[in-house]
Amino acid sequence: MNSLIKLLKTNARLTNAELAVMLGKTEQEVAEDIKKLECDGVIKGYSAIIDESAIDTNSVYAFIELKVTPQSQSGFDEIANEISQYEQVESVKLMSGAYDISVAVTGGNIRDVSQFVSQKLAAIDAVQSTATHFVLKSYKDNGIIINGDETDERGMISP
Amino acid sequence: MIDYDKVLSKTAVEMKPSGIRKFFDIAQTIEGVISLGVGEPDFKTPWKIRQAAIDSLEKGKTVYTANAGLIELRKEISKYFERTINIKYAPEEEIVVTVGGSEAIDISIRTIVEPGDEVLIVEPCFVCYSPIVSLSGGVPVVIETKAENEFRLMPEELKAKITDKTKLLILPYPNNPTGAIMERENLEAIAEVLRDTNIMVISDEIYSELTYSGEHCSIAEIDGMKERTIVINGFSKSFAMTGWRLGFMAGPKDVIKHCLKLHQYAIMSSPTTSQYAAVVALQSCEKDIEKMRNEYNMRRRYIVDAFNKLGLDCFAPQGAFYVFPCIKSTGMTSDDFCEKLIFSKKVAVVPGTAFGKSGEGFVRVSYAYSINHLQEAVKRIAEFLEEIK
Ligand SMILES: Cc1ncc(COP(=O)(O)O)c(C=O)c1O
Repeated sequence: MNSLIKLLKTNARLTNAELAVMLGKTEQEVAEDIKKLECDGVIKGYSAIIDESAIDTNSVYAFIELKVTPQSQSGFDEIANEISQYEQVESVKLMSGAYDISVAVTGGNIRDVSQFVSQKLAAIDAVQSTATHFVLKSYKDNGIIINGDETDERGMISP
Repeated sequence: MIDYDKVLSKTAVEMKPSGIRKFFDIAQTIEGVISLGVGEPDFKTPWKIRQAAIDSLEKGKTVYTANAGLIELRKEISKYFERTINIKYAPEEEIVVTVGGSEAIDISIRTIVEPGDEVLIVEPCFVCYSPIVSLSGGVPVVIETKAENEFRLMPEELKAKITDKTKLLILPYPNNPTGAIMERENLEAIAEVLRDTNIMVISDEIYSELTYSGEHCSIAEIDGMKERTIVINGFSKSFAMTGWRLGFMAGPKDVIKHCLKLHQYAIMSSPTTSQYAAVVALQSCEKDIEKMRNEYNMRRRYIVDAFNKLGLDCFAPQGAFYVFPCIKSTGMTSDDFCEKLIFSKKVAVVPGTAFGKSGEGFVRVSYAYSINHLQEAVKRIAEFLEEIK
């Protein structure tokens, strides 16, 4: 299963036939394994890894640290779910340590993100404070190296 | 003007440049080549190992080590042999740390071979054995292995080539370029032929960690063989450490002590930084090796299947990171095939003939590349085959 997950993580477009060959299984077995991973909620979906800066050089990506007052019934869940609803939000995670919730946000420019933080996130009652960190450059995302100068240093032919 | 014809050694002048070299020169002139021609891992050396090297430099460990290598490293090598092939070699007198498996091959051949001695070389094989045998005045005697035997050495083939002058057999498994391995029963049969002779064996096991069906077996494990075998291994392939230039050899102390003299005069001691790094490699990198092996294994299954689907017969090799598909169905020679392929589709594979005459009709394809890279190459080879139909 681990090998299957790893292969899909690096290239979700491999066909079942290709996966079957690489894993030494039948196509049917692979189809069943994938089905199971999907049903168990291990695989949540398949998406392309996009280098946003290659499409729109102004687009920005930011991590926002939120300190949040937990609610009496739901703890942090309700707030986190609420924040997850926004389209510009890429990920929401509950954290241990100095703050409570980490939110990743994309926007067309810095102002978009700043506005979102001040008007939407900071406006939530339970949110005590926000700290916004803009990403300057991405080197690796989802286990895939982007923007790297990873050239193959090996010669073309060697014994 | 100095006359080089008069100063140069005839042996050196007559030594043929490696068949790989010629093809390398062609590949070099073409832009945008996607290569399947490399004999080294695409992985970087695991970080732990690099860190250990940096630490040793920070501590100023920059002097020669003992000639045979750091004793800590030799002790780790000794444990490594015990855990992988279940043989005990004494760190103090039966192990030498060398500059790659290459140096180990060099000094072990030179320690054994004298002018006129016959040395059995199992082809197709790695390129350095014959030239080094010739340097010692020895006579390389080729044993050609066959695709129908999955390129294993068969006992009859061995027996047929043994004469009074035979001194040494070089056993190259897991094999570069074919990916063939020898299983225990195959080695038993070879040992049976050798046991009552005075023939030594150099077993080049540099790809031992890259075995995909069960555990690697060394001929030294077989009854009566330890005393007549030098085992060669190293860090290049299994730990992705080609540039560190570190290997090792183990054998009977009465042989090793003479190999050590050659090493001492030619090399002094192997690179110190690499040796400190290697201690950590052997102590704590089993998981890293396994991860790389699993990755190679997936690629191996992919590439074998891909070639068979293209109609280029390819047996499923169980070792190293090469496949050796047969290209006879195209009607071309190996050289022709490789040249046409690189000129028309910019894909570099190595002609089987670079590894001995018996490689004719085959090409070596390395799968030390990412799946995406392999897929692109396969696509181009498919187009090529379509066009030459
Ligand atoms: C079969 C075989 N033996 C030995 C070597 C030498 O490796 P190193 O000197 O890097 O240990 C190689 C390298 O390609 C090889 O393929």
